[in-house]
Formats: sequence, C-alpha cells, structure tokens
Amino acid sequence: MAHTTSAESPLYGLMAEFDSAQALLDAAHKVHGAGYKNADAFSPFPIHGLAEALGFRERSVAKIVLGAGITGAIAGYGLEYWTQVIAMPVNIGGRPYHSWVSFIPPAFETTILFAAFSAVIGMLALNGLPQPYHPVFNHERFAKYASSEKFFLAIEATDPKFDASATKQFMAGLGGAKEVVEVEN
Amino acid sequence: MDSQFPQGDFRAPVPVITPGHSYGSITDKLTGLVLTKKTPLVWFGITGTFFMLLCGLMVALSWLLLNGIGIWGNNVPVGWAFDIINFVWWIGIGHAGTLISAILLLFRQDWRTSINRFAEAMTLFAVACAIIFPIFHTGRPWLAAYWLFPYPNTMELWPNFRSPLIWDVFAVSTYGSVSAAFWFVGLIPDLATFRDKAVNPKLKRLFGMLALGWRGSAIHWVRYEKAYLLLAGLSTPLVLSVHTVVSFDFAVSVLPGWHATIFPPYFVAGAIYAGFAMVLTLAIPIRAIYGLHDFITMKHIENMAKITLVTGMIVVYGYACEAFFGWYSGNEYERFMLKNRVYYGPYAWSYWLLLLCNFIVPQILWSKRLRRNIPAIFIVCMFVNVGMWLERFVIIVTSLHRDFVPSSWEMYYPTIWDFMTLAGTIGLFGTLMFLFVRVLPLISIFEMRTLLPEAQTKSNSSEGGSH
Repeated sequence: MAHTTSAESPLYGLMAEFDSAQALLDAAHKVHGAGYKNADAFSPFPIHGLAEALGFRERSVAKIVLGAGITGAIAGYGLEYWTQVIAMPVNIGGRPYHSWVSFIPPAFETTILFAAFSAVIGMLALNGLPQPYHPVFNHERFAKYASSEKFFLAIEATDPKFDASATKQFMAGLGGAKEVVEVEN
Repeated sequence: MDSQFPQGDFRAPVPVITPGHSYGSITDKLTGLVLTKKTPLVWFGITGTFFMLLCGLMVALSWLLLNGIGIWGNNVPVGWAFDIINFVWWIGIGHAGTLISAILLLFRQDWRTSINRFAEAMTLFAVACAIIFPIFHTGRPWLAAYWLFPYPNTMELWPNFRSPLIWDVFAVSTYGSVSAAFWFVGLIPDLATFRDKAVNPKLKRLFGMLALGWRGSAIHWVRYEKAYLLLAGLSTPLVLSVHTVVSFDFAVSVLPGWHATIFPPYFVAGAIYAGFAMVLTLAIPIRAIYGLHDFITMKHIENMAKITLVTGMIVVYGYACEAFFGWYSGNEYERFMLKNRVYYGPYAWSYWLLLLCNFIVPQILWSKRLRRNIPAIFIVCMFVNVGMWLERFVIIVTSLHRDFVPSSWEMYYPTIWDFMTLAGTIGLFGTLMFLFVRVLPLISIFEMRTLLPEAQTKSNSSEGGSH
C-alpha cells in the first residue's frame, strides 16, 4: 500500500468524510470487498479492525523488536565479557573474570534499551514518518477535523480499479459518506 | 453499570469520564488548556515559587563545583547521605508513571487514560532530578564519564561490571531514555491535533514538526498500537528491574541494615507507593486549577488511593521482615543495628516518624468515605511523600553511622547545602511539571476519545474482517 506520488497525475485520489467510527469501518469493508487495493482510512483514534478491513496484514514491528532485543542482549553481554575477560582482566575480590551472574543486569537493560528504541524507530520508519508533505492535507476539512472528530476514507488514483467517475459514484453510495472530494497531489 | 446504590450515595460507582462528552468537546477542552493566551494566575504563583527553589539548586550546585563535596554533611562513616537518599526517593517517585502507563495498560485498566500522560511526564522529571545526585556527588562530573560509561578512553580503563553501581548506571539511563521514548510516542497523535487546532502560524509549524506528519491512517494506527503495546510490555520488566538494581546498591554490600534479601521487592513496592502519592499530590491541584473534574473523576482518585494503601501495606510488611530477619539472624551486629535503629540510637525518632507517615496515617484510606475526601487524601499523600524520604534516611544513615567498630561511630548532620539541593530538585521538578502542563496536552486526548461509547465499533461485514 505504497503512497506513490506520480508526477504526471495531478490527482491524489478521492476522499469521503464520515461522522462515526462505525460508518468508516463498514465503508472500509465495502471498499475492500469492491476490490480496491490502494485505499486508506483515517481516524482521530485507533479503530480496531479498520486496517484489517482494508486488507492490511503485517507483523513487521514485532519482528523488528524481537531482532533488536536479541541484538541488545548479545551486545550488552559481549561488551561485558570483552571488557572484563579480554581487554582488562582485573581480580576484584577474588571473583572470576567471567562473573556471568553479575553480567545479567546490564545485559538485561541493554536488551530493553535496544528493543524499546527499535519499536519506536521501526514504527516510525515503516509508517514513513516524519513526512513533511502529504496530499491528504490538501483536503480542507481533513486538515481541520481529521485529528479531532471526523473520519475519512481515501481511494487513491494509483489504484488499478480507479476510475474518476465510477469510483466517485461508488464512494458516494457508501453508507454515511457525506461528500466525496477530489484531492490534488 | 447498574448499581445497588441510589444516585448521589457516596458508595455508588463513578464513571471514568463524565457522560455527555463528544469527540469535539474532549478535544476542545484539552487543547484549549494550551492553545490559549489566558494562563491561570495561580499557575504563575506556583511556577514562580518552584522556579525560585530551582535558582537555589543552581547556586548550591555552583558552590559544590567550586568547593567540592566537602560542603555537604557527608563524613566517615556516613559516606552516603542526602545524595543517595534523594536519588532513591526521586527514582521511586518516577516509578508510578511507568506503572500507570505500562502495567495498567497491560491489565486493560481504562481509567489510566486520564492520568497516564502527566504521570509519564512526572517520571521523566523525577528521573532528571534523581540523576543530578549521582552525577554531582562525584564532585567533578566532567571527569566521571570513564567510570560511569564504557567507552574506549585513552587510559584503556573499563568500568567494573561486577559492581551494582555500574548496574545502576545502565538501569537508570535505560529507564530515563525508554520513558522519554514512550512519552513521545504517546504524544504524537495529540501533537497532530494541536497542529490542526492551532491558529498562530508559528505554533502550527512548531506542532507540525513535532507531530512528524501524523495523519491518523488506519495502517499507521495498527503499527502505532503494536509499538505502544510492545513498549508497555518492555517497560514493565524495566521498571521492576530499575528499583531492584537500586536496592542492590545496598543489598549486595555486607552492612547490617542493608544486607537483606527482602530489599528488591520491598524497594519496588515502596517506589510505587511513593509514586502514587506524588501522582495524587500533583493531580489534585491540577484538576482543581484546570477544572478537569470530567476527566479525572472520583473513580481515579479513589483507585489511586487504593493502590497507595495496598503498596503501603507491602512496604510495612517489608519493615516487619527487616526487623524479623535482623532478630532471627542471631547475628549480634544485625541485632545491634535493629535496636539502634528502633529504640536506643540517636536517630530512633526518624524510625518512629517513618512509621507514623507510612504506616499509621495511610490506614485512614480503608474508609471509602475518606478515600473520596480530597483534602484527606491530599494530607495522606503529603505524609507518604515525607515518609518515603524518611525511609531512605533510616536505611542509609542509621545503618552507616554506627557500624562494626565503636571507634568509627560518628553522627551525621546535613548542611544548608544539602537542604538547598533537595529543595532545589523539588523546584526543578515542579517547574518542569507546570511548564509541561502549560505547553503540552496533560491528558492523552486521542485515548480519551476511545473511552466514549460512540468509539465502540463492531465488524459485522460479510467480509468477515477480524474482530
């Protein structure tokens, strides 16, 4: 579902506005059912099942976090082993150079550190944020209300099934759709 | 929820958000607190007072850097005093923020939504205050980097990872940075609301940059919620590990009064206890100043009072265990430490004051009527704030001042600089807290929207989209 901006097309797509979360969710199911692929829904708070209704399935965030957590554990423990056993072996209180019990707390903390930051950075990167410009903000009411009280649905012009007039008619027929607006790129 | 009690009865359940609100009214109320030119007069009074204390901190720290830590009351044998008492006190206070934002999220406690944002801010600021003490107790912090952080230095020296003190560096710095990340992620959608609501073009641009271009796309929300849930899942063991590691600073040593296996759970419970008392200390005045009674209802106050009572009882159990194991050990140094602490030592007053603050006064929270009495709760929280500080004073000073050999016994008296530094960090904390309340959303706006009945959706399409 890449938001590709093609230079030749001045049209980003069509956007419909809804008043309620339920209307948006029902519309999303219909859009997916009608075979549209490049569609997106926008809401001022997370709505469960909305992205799935548009046919979105992904587990990348969880995989990134797992990978980063394992990396953090190995990096933390490796740093401790290398500094205490190889780089600077010092006898402190007769304890072994490789005091693995003492090495657990810092390695645990680096595991959390790596995993937590990968969750934040991974989420932002997958979402393509920070993004200084996006065409949806050309929709006047979107820029004003999308982050507070209104719900929007977009079908992009890049969609293979997109047809300016047929799609517009289809969107106007979605239950609860207030008005369908053409949005420039 | 139907109640067996009539409307108006003090035993009737209170909702988490007062009925009658809409997406728009929540947004307008909470953005209106920031995007306005009208600042409540009392805000200036409170922030100004805290700022004066903060100026005292700057004086105290400058004098410390010029003269060294000799200006403090620390001596031999009491080598650790106000610096670590205050450090542990502040770190503990921070823990409630993470508990509210992470652990209550995992337990699906929707009432946390009204208080998690400023509780998280409280965590960040408390950690900032805490870090001042270990950094400045080194005397010359600019030379301290090589034994605090493992980096390839020209002396080819590395920190000793067998020491709990280096574990502390890792735990606290991880805690501070993960809390900051968690807080910022939670703010992104609300910053987007501010961007769209702001009228002033400069403010719009500023909030626009901070919001990173957030547009509320369904796909973004899925990844966002997954990341937020994972952060909560990671922060939960993190917050438990931080105070555990702090308690290891003491428990790993062989000093009577410190060398106790009860320390990790007892410190964690104490941290949550102190933190909830501080959340209430802040929530009660902020709720009154900004008229947030619709969002921070009596349900929140009462739930927090209950958690304070429960964690307080765990802490008291910790005191009982400490005393029991001191006696049961049969070790004469342990038994001496206990008697010295409880009745014939010169600091016995602090132990009894501690029991008054942390054990006796909070017992009034068993009464449902008093749990809904704002002044009563505020007074209890003040006692707890003081009591938790005294707890660390008791653990640290009374254990150190009379150790194994009577010839090395010495009294500890804090100096004016110790008190100025403590008061100064309270000033730093209060100043940051009230600046935060003025410039950022102090309640998570987007999560408040999800609490409204109309935000509940059900998937009934033939597509059969998942739940």
